[in-house]
Amino acid sequence: MVWPLRALLLRDLKLAARDGAALGTALGFDLVVVSLLPLGLGPDVALLARIAPGVLWIALLLSALLSVARLFEADHQDGSLAVLRSAPVPLEIVVAVKIVAHWVTAAVPLVLATPLLGLLLNLDANAYGPLMAAMLLGSPAVSAIGAIGAALTLSTRKSGLLVALLVLPLYVPTLVFGVSAVDAGMLIEGGGMAPLLILGALSLVGLILAPIAAAAALRAHELA
Amino acid sequence: MTANQPTIVQSLANPTRFMALSARILPWLAAMAAVVIGVGLYQALVVSPADYQQGQTVRIMYVHVPAAWLAMAAYLTIAASSFGLLVFRHPLADVSARAAAPIGAAFTLLALLTGSLWGKPMWGTYWVWDARLTSMLLLFFLYLGLIVLRSSIEDEAAAAKLTAILALVGVSLLPVIKFSVEWWYTLHQPSTKLTSTLDASFRIPLLINALGFTLLFACLHIKAMRNEVMRRRVKGLQRAAVREVVA
Repeated sequence: MVWPLRALLLRDLKLAARDGAALGTALGFDLVVVSLLPLGLGPDVALLARIAPGVLWIALLLSALLSVARLFEADHQDGSLAVLRSAPVPLEIVVAVKIVAHWVTAAVPLVLATPLLGLLLNLDANAYGPLMAAMLLGSPAVSAIGAIGAALTLSTRKSGLLVALLVLPLYVPTLVFGVSAVDAGMLIEGGGMAPLLILGALSLVGLILAPIAAAAALRAHELA
Repeated sequence: MTANQPTIVQSLANPTRFMALSARILPWLAAMAAVVIGVGLYQALVVSPADYQQGQTVRIMYVHVPAAWLAMAAYLTIAASSFGLLVFRHPLADVSARAAAPIGAAFTLLALLTGSLWGKPMWGTYWVWDARLTSMLLLFFLYLGLIVLRSSIEDEAAAAKLTAILALVGVSLLPVIKFSVEWWYTLHQPSTKLTSTLDASFRIPLLINALGFTLLFACLHIKAMRNEVMRRRVKGLQRAAVREVVA
């Protein structure tokens, strides 16, 4: 059972690596969102520093959503999804592997780009550590929940906007605890672990439950 | 009851039986809802006193609290129906889920609107980013998601299953969303404790209205389910007619 999964993971990683445009688009989108905000809010450095963690989190969610919304689309269009359904492993595991691949190729680069964007927003120096930790712990949940949305809207018209409507409200816990992890990490010396732990829990539970929901959704589409 | 005897829920799997039974129940239910809401509103708007702090605006509560309660009850109805569809493949489960979504969305919107009308004189603003308001707003988004997802999938069987999956994802995440928003910020007064903190002159009209609104929801839900069953029958007849013309 391990070998097919390895093959699938390597395939998805390779596909992502060879399609450099996708990652560039997501990073560019992230950058544009972050740089539009000061233009809308004014260049007040103190204000920007205060809202920076939230802005960076929202930019991460939006740009991750862009790529996760199309998680199954290419496989659906070229028929490999049908092949994967008859693979020797359950569809749930296939979905889980695709979520992991998305996290590695799309979410982690966005997290790694965050320190650079933090400079643009005058992010407090003490906030970098907690913010990066929170994003690394929380972003698997972003990929997992996004996968549900991608699976639900696979064969719909106007799916792009629909995914955003379905998925963004479900990102609220990740966003709330992601931002409060930064506050807690900065205010409480050596403490403030609770939000980080909750983020980790969200990601772990998401990685278990989201594949079940997404696989059920993928199977439901085959009725059509 | 012996094991072979179908339960009420099982026997309603026959749409004809559901239509017959609901046709008989509906007028009574509607009459009861009208009477109870009539009494409740009379109690709330005329009999009950104005609050010493909130003045007349306290009367908004008699609509706001039942609407908020039904906003959640309707989502639970959808979630239970979705479970019934995915696990037991009950033929009426999807009809019920589909019928409840717009009604639940309407009650959620009503709770939000009445809350914001009450907030203006009390808190000085129509909207505050408070935990309860925010989680109600997110509940409203979930309702919108359910309605839009269903309308954007043409195949009805697939739409039913996918919407049910989304409803179950939503209901499993709702407690987390609520918890996270409460962690985030709280200004709203804690949930009304109907037994202890509320004086009887406010509590009784509120309870009557809650009962009346619940009856109203049951009425609207059954009516919408009947409409949906009829819509499906019409669609089936149309399809049969087309087939006949083609043949």
